[in-house]
Amino acid sequence: MLKIENLHAKIGNKEILKGLNLSVNAGEVHAIMGPNGSGKSTLANVLAGRNGYDVTKGTVEYEGKNLLELAPEERAWAGVFLAFQYPVEIPGVNNVYLLKAAVNAVRKYRGEPELDAVEFLGLIKEKMKIVKMKEDLLNRSVNEGFSGGEKKRNEIFQMSVLEPKLAILDETDSGLDIDALKIVSEGVNSLRNEERSIILVTHYQRLLDYIKPDHVHVLSNGKIIKSGGPDLALELEEKGYDWIKEEAA
Amino acid sequence: MSQDIQNYISDFDQLKNDDWFAKNRQSALNLFKDTGFPSSRLENWKYTDVRPIKKKSFSNVTEADVSVIADEINAIRFDGLDCIEVVFINGVFSKEHSSLEELDNGLVVENMLDALANDKDLLAKHLTKYADDKISPFTALNTAFIQNGTFINVSANTVIEKPINILYLSKESNSALATHPRNLIVMGENSEATVIESYIGLDDANYFTNAVTEVSLSTNAILKHYKIQQESLNAYHIGNLNVMQGKDSKLESHSISLGGALVRNDIHGQLAAEGAEIIMNGLYMTGDKQHVDNHTRVDHLKPRTLSTENYRGVLNGKSRAVFNGKVIVHKDAQKIEAHQNNANLLLSDDAEIDTKPELEIYADDVKCTHGATVGQLDQNMLFYLRSRAIDEETARSLLTYAFADELISNISFAPIRNRLERLVIGQLPDAALIREFTNE
Repeated sequence: MLKIENLHAKIGNKEILKGLNLSVNAGEVHAIMGPNGSGKSTLANVLAGRNGYDVTKGTVEYEGKNLLELAPEERAWAGVFLAFQYPVEIPGVNNVYLLKAAVNAVRKYRGEPELDAVEFLGLIKEKMKIVKMKEDLLNRSVNEGFSGGEKKRNEIFQMSVLEPKLAILDETDSGLDIDALKIVSEGVNSLRNEERSIILVTHYQRLLDYIKPDHVHVLSNGKIIKSGGPDLALELEEKGYDWIKEEAA
Repeated sequence: MSQDIQNYISDFDQLKNDDWFAKNRQSALNLFKDTGFPSSRLENWKYTDVRPIKKKSFSNVTEADVSVIADEINAIRFDGLDCIEVVFINGVFSKEHSSLEELDNGLVVENMLDALANDKDLLAKHLTKYADDKISPFTALNTAFIQNGTFINVSANTVIEKPINILYLSKESNSALATHPRNLIVMGENSEATVIESYIGLDDANYFTNAVTEVSLSTNAILKHYKIQQESLNAYHIGNLNVMQGKDSKLESHSISLGGALVRNDIHGQLAAEGAEIIMNGLYMTGDKQHVDNHTRVDHLKPRTLSTENYRGVLNGKSRAVFNGKVIVHKDAQKIEAHQNNANLLLSDDAEIDTKPELEIYADDVKCTHGATVGQLDQNMLFYLRSRAIDEETARSLLTYAFADELISNISFAPIRNRLERLVIGQLPDAALIREFTNE
């Protein structure tokens, strides 16, 4: 599904990713963990196509395509979804209208007929239950006036409606209390299936209590320095990141 | 006397000027002769050069020499809006297209010439009392040519439910025309009304509209005033709204400027008694080489008065816009509140905005805020939308629309809001792309 090889990326003159390798197969959940400044969010943003990052070396192959050549919307059409660490408030753009346009843009790309208003409402009614999304939030402007938890929930709600093939969750757990974390995690778990791959970018092990990853990677100084199973996350929780850095050095 | 106002002087002599108002017209003309057109050396006209208006020898002799067919008017009417309509074609009142029969009790709506004949006492009391010929030469010029325009009188304790829709329509005629519409709205105590002034070019003619509106609000009166400027892109438009407000009265002004090659809108609100409130919302959308200048001035003359101003601009092409918002808090006008904001979105590298808030405060217990922003589309919003499968062009259009619509979406009156939203969408470079994001 996704194959990242020797990825180098800079912001301005600062090199953030320094030769990152990662392979994700369909249906797998990968957790990328690491201390602040290790390059986790840069990886998420480079995969989603945000401006301001220069990829200087390496390749990212997604379903056989060169992902880095695609515009952000083309990546979305092809099934890549980024759940933002800081979801953006967009006054004046209605949540539901955005979601309907998004769903239909993806359907159009796949050659499927667009959903009409009734079909679309049926779809979102069903998906709202998954993340216990309140209806009045839906009819507001995108994320405007949402609490931190509501914004994160909205991201997972959008993800459930768009049904991506590759979902990248950037620090989705940050700023969530335990109840919100449970709801968000249940939402993500309900979306797990054999075809969908999920990359969880997180600083803390806490999220992984609720979403069990198949693989855990430690990112430090722009590289993956250790990979393992779920146990690796627990070890990190116990010992911190320093021992791995030393081991890798 | 300079050569460039000669046409105004000779046309004045041809004007029907034998009524009781004749000497007011004459003295206004004399004033205009003395000052001529304002030069950009004057602070108030620093960013707006009116030489294009000055250079052209417009004809002020307005005869109804064009026929506008009902279909043309129907195309610009508000959908499903039951309203009282006053129609002017090239500056001349059209009885045929207006609907002034069967007005509610307590309401007078008539052409200014009729009002001068029928309502002399009211006009003697109010006309020229709120728009100062000495402040703007354009106002003096308008006063000199007072003939056509709309007089509205709402008696005390009268609430007019139907909006009064005033259409100033312009069309190519034998000679390039200057028209000087003059409106007077007098609202009695506890009265309420909604007035829409639209200035619309039906083709791409070159003409000059020089409009003045005076408003008097008695105690507790409420006026919702909409000005929709959609002149031809070759037209010049100078518009002046002057409001005198009594105790606890409220003016809600919405000014939407979309057309015109050279446009200047002035609003002057005088909060002359305690509790008076003025709300000024404005939206200007410009492109090509349009020049649109909005000047507002609010005088807080008495304590506990309120002003709230929110203007937004969307600038494209090589267009230029000016915003100048002046708030004067007079001595002893304590416990007033004045809030002002001007936000601008520049869609091209060549567009330009000059924005200037001006506060003069002579009282010490006041609450005033002001702010101005100039910027491009927000990159984070743009990326967010694109990451949600919205292509870049649509995302740009959508964010531009959302920026402009923030002003429109607050309008409580649905037929007007819907019409304005459609107009705003129509101004966007890729209108078709964002239809599905709107209520249509």
